[in-house]
Amino acid sequence: MKKLIGMIAAFLMLASTAFAETAIKVDGSTTVLPIMQKVVEAYMKAHPDVKISVSGGGSGNGIKALIDGATDLAMASRAMEQKEIDLAKTKNVAPNQIVCAIDAIVPVVNPANKLTETTLAQLKDLYMGKITSWKELGGEGPVVVISRDTSSGTYETWEGLVMKKERVFPGALMQASSGAVVQAVSKNKNAIGYVGIGYLDASTKGLKVDGVEPTAENAKSKKFPISRDLYLYTNGAPAGAVKGLVDFLLGAEGQKLVKEAGFVPLG
Amino acid sequence: MALSRKTKDNLIRNAFFLTALSSIVALALIMIYLFVEGLPIFKVVSVTDFLFGNLWYPTSDPPEFGIFPLIAASLAVTVLSSAMAIPLGVMTAIYLAEISSRRTRNIFKPIVELLAALPSVVIGFFGMVVVAPFLQETFDLATGLNLFNAAVMLAFMSVPTICSVSEDAIYSVPPELKEASLALGATHFETIAKVVLPASLSGISTAVMLGMSRAIGETMVVLMVAGGAAMIPTSVFSPVRPMPSSIAAEMAEASFRGNHYRALFAIGIVLFLFTLVFNLVASHVAEKHKQVGAATL
Repeated sequence: MKKLIGMIAAFLMLASTAFAETAIKVDGSTTVLPIMQKVVEAYMKAHPDVKISVSGGGSGNGIKALIDGATDLAMASRAMEQKEIDLAKTKNVAPNQIVCAIDAIVPVVNPANKLTETTLAQLKDLYMGKITSWKELGGEGPVVVISRDTSSGTYETWEGLVMKKERVFPGALMQASSGAVVQAVSKNKNAIGYVGIGYLDASTKGLKVDGVEPTAENAKSKKFPISRDLYLYTNGAPAGAVKGLVDFLLGAEGQKLVKEAGFVPLG
Repeated sequence: MALSRKTKDNLIRNAFFLTALSSIVALALIMIYLFVEGLPIFKVVSVTDFLFGNLWYPTSDPPEFGIFPLIAASLAVTVLSSAMAIPLGVMTAIYLAEISSRRTRNIFKPIVELLAALPSVVIGFFGMVVVAPFLQETFDLATGLNLFNAAVMLAFMSVPTICSVSEDAIYSVPPELKEASLALGATHFETIAKVVLPASLSGISTAVMLGMSRAIGETMVVLMVAGGAAMIPTSVFSPVRPMPSSIAAEMAEASFRGNHYRALFAIGIVLFLFTLVFNLVASHVAEKHKQVGAATL
């Protein structure tokens, strides 16, 4: 109970700071959120006069907020749909698309696992609970499927690019952070998990997917199947304070933060 | 300052009254917030579907808000950890209060209480990197992050509470009772089992309830070692996702005042009701079996 009260109190404090008066509002994808938080933190340190509030309501909500004029900058993990572009036109909003980073999610197994490559179809079957033994893929032992909590951006990407409208089965073990996924996979020889490419290290083994190595180059060229562009949308070409923020994010310092957040920088 | 004694008295009394009031007000505000934020979810999903639904997919489209697997997990973890912690805690308490020498007691009791000072994240980490691989190897399991692991870690956390509070209760049983029992020819064991334990039952039940509510509300440990699969457990080695771990894992990224956010608050309400019931039962039992002094027996 004490913990719960503490958490709620902490949450209240967070919620109240989000309401502070601001000059720039950013809303949208929870996938882009960790990048934006790092970038905004660094940007506001350098520009104390600019107040930026960031919230993660999901790509759809972010785009909707941009169309309604409720936000200055929308973050999206998918391109705008034609329907949304049409709606924007009727409201005299001219959405301007900016690619800000590349997202690549890599399936990882324990280094003791003999498997070195897999396919999108196999990954889908594993995460739907259809493949329950590594024997079916040429290994041994039961499969332990590790997934992220459903509200994380990593989960969203995985659901979009691998599960394709199917759900991850309830038997998957949920971990609350990419670090915890790495920890759990490195401690369990039966486990398979997935993490952003920035979390690959020697404690787990990244798998080739459909014959493509999980590297930053392959993610940039989109050869790696579980990769996609991440977008920012502005109303018209960015101007003023918004332009400052966008330029900072696309510049060397911002792209370094993109890498730190576990994503693939541009260029 | 020439305050009369009476005014001083009043001042001090009022100051203390305000202090006492502040915690009540804080509690009331948090409760109101909890209900205000959580209840609107029931416009989207019925109470029965929420409590007894089997699927928890709060972010898919359309979302499913069934928390039955989460409730089952919380209860399973609590029951299993109590099954370990209660005998351990109470028996340790009996040993310390009735059997051990004063010197042993003076060394052991502080050490047991020190266990309670371990931060839960440390216990969770221990469970994750030491106990989980051990369980997996020893029992040849698919994963060591499961119900059993969580229950053992929670038992670790409740034993100090149960032991320390029970020990105080047992220790404060009036010596007249014990002396009378022994004088009537009862053995040491009979005295403990038939006189001391019944006389301290109220304290022991309070201890047990405190230990159990600690187990059901504990977040960090279950988040780290329970596995996190939102399924109804089928064995003691099933991975599970108790209610607090769902709230902790998902709240940070649930969109503010969205349905997912409200559903998480509604889980908080359910959790709150559970701990409330535990506390009510504890105070009821404590009241019913109150030891009102040697003279009345």
